[in-house]
Amino acid sequence: MSQDTQGEAKAVKAREGTLDIAANPFKADFPLLVKHPELTFLDSAATAQRPEVVLQAERTFYETMNANPLRGLYKLSVEATQAIADTRKHIAEFIGASDPDEVIFTRNASESLNLIAHSLGGSILRKGDEVAITIMEHHSNLIPWQQICRHVGATLVYIRPDANGHISQEEIEAKIGPKTKIVSSTQLSNVLGVIPPIKAMSDRAHEVGAYMVVDGAQSVPHMRVNVEEQGIDLLAFSAHKLGGPMGIGVLWGKRDILESMPPFLTGGEMIDSVTEDDAVWAPIPAKFEAGTQDAAGIFATDAAISYIESLDRDALEKREHELTAYLAKRLMELPYVTVLGSQDPEDHLAAVSFNVGDVHPHDVSSILDMSDVAIRAGHHCAQPLLTWMGISSCCRASVAFYNDKADIDNLIDALENVWKVFNIGD
Amino acid sequence: MATDNLYNAQFMDHVAHPYYKYKMEDETYSHQGVNPSCGDDLTLQIKIGDDGKIEEASYQGHGCAISQASADMMSDLMIDKTPEEAMELCKLFGDMVRGEQKDPEELDKLDEASMLQSISRMPARVKCAELAWRTLEEIFKEQGIAH
Repeated sequence: MSQDTQGEAKAVKAREGTLDIAANPFKADFPLLVKHPELTFLDSAATAQRPEVVLQAERTFYETMNANPLRGLYKLSVEATQAIADTRKHIAEFIGASDPDEVIFTRNASESLNLIAHSLGGSILRKGDEVAITIMEHHSNLIPWQQICRHVGATLVYIRPDANGHISQEEIEAKIGPKTKIVSSTQLSNVLGVIPPIKAMSDRAHEVGAYMVVDGAQSVPHMRVNVEEQGIDLLAFSAHKLGGPMGIGVLWGKRDILESMPPFLTGGEMIDSVTEDDAVWAPIPAKFEAGTQDAAGIFATDAAISYIESLDRDALEKREHELTAYLAKRLMELPYVTVLGSQDPEDHLAAVSFNVGDVHPHDVSSILDMSDVAIRAGHHCAQPLLTWMGISSCCRASVAFYNDKADIDNLIDALENVWKVFNIGD
Repeated sequence: MATDNLYNAQFMDHVAHPYYKYKMEDETYSHQGVNPSCGDDLTLQIKIGDDGKIEEASYQGHGCAISQASADMMSDLMIDKTPEEAMELCKLFGDMVRGEQKDPEELDKLDEASMLQSISRMPARVKCAELAWRTLEEIFKEQGIAH
């Protein structure tokens, strides 16, 4: 697996306590968590907290190398340009890709997915074609496909999991067929915390001549992603769920595919030459990067990845698995709580969704806030999934390695309070 | 924190034992209000008396405790109010939950509903609290009774 190729190059030692969820050797790295010792933050699936090194990197950029990258011919601008190039290379290595030019910077994962749907979908889809996505998609990997399918007269087909959130081989073969031109799937459900079989889907996609697009917004922060081994053609994710700054998205794609796609946004920086009537696009990655980039954010993204790599990713993933299993187990122990998806505590990663009797999730969240417990409540930008499960909203607690056992115990205690508030006098 | 005093016994009483949650058979107007993003779905009914005042108000539907309790408190408040007075109270309530009206004397006009003032520190819940009030406003606007 990728562990060998990626891990061997930089042998790092896990911090002491990484594998003990009662210990927390990470919290001190996160200024917000230090500043708010009362806070139980269980909403990392929405956005992660940032370590000090990331905040420092943003400052360092503006203090020491601020200039508009790519344009200037003076030293500062060259440094800014280099910072972007270094990050591109680093990200490529991080996701198991070999060519840094295949890494495109966008504003967020949503923009990356819009770019793919618009540029790739718009140029290859024809009336009668099919795009297959799972019912578990975040709206970001759903609406762009709805739009482009409607525009060209293609059909959007939904791959559906069983009650545990698992997608069977039969379902894959039934939904990905000769008419399928693009398959797009999340690699880690932001609602069910389940990991869809990306390799099986990409094998099938390639068998029928379709492209495999992966929404890695949730997976990249929590598991090793290797685009080559997992058969991914295009991958979208964001820096902010990875401990990097908000406003930086990544699109990775195979060179030949990116080269065949028309640009999404046009303007400065993305051209080779322009006449009154025409323009010649710059080669990738510039072709997809119109306008001034958030160079400081990109530089800080580099720092976020370095930080994670310095901590032994396998150990972090193990810790997050254990935290999630403990979270799911404690929730399942509460008689009035229903956990969505798999009832096996080990079968979730990072996120666990649930409902508290028939108390509205927004009330649950507001009352938890009284105990400074932060979770997400609502439809989690996955309305078709919730509708398919027969609910309109739910609560979601999600963990990252900087959480610990006490955070989950706090949530459970606070949930007992929610139940009490709603059952007084009954 | 912000929500400390909201889910208190008085508030929860409206949730557990709503006084005005029932179907009215002889209503003058009936109107549905929804918050699609949270699944709140409420049907408000009002009966206008011969004197032109609101004689009775009731609601049905489902949603979070805030949308339900707020509808219950509003139904109580609106009895014997003229449409113009009702519209003014709706506006006052909206101003309160958005934090734009803080004068205690003014807020007293909202009677029990003034306890929802803490919603002004919970911006994500403003829509929940406002649902019934917005629905009532829509009735009057659609009927051209008040604006």
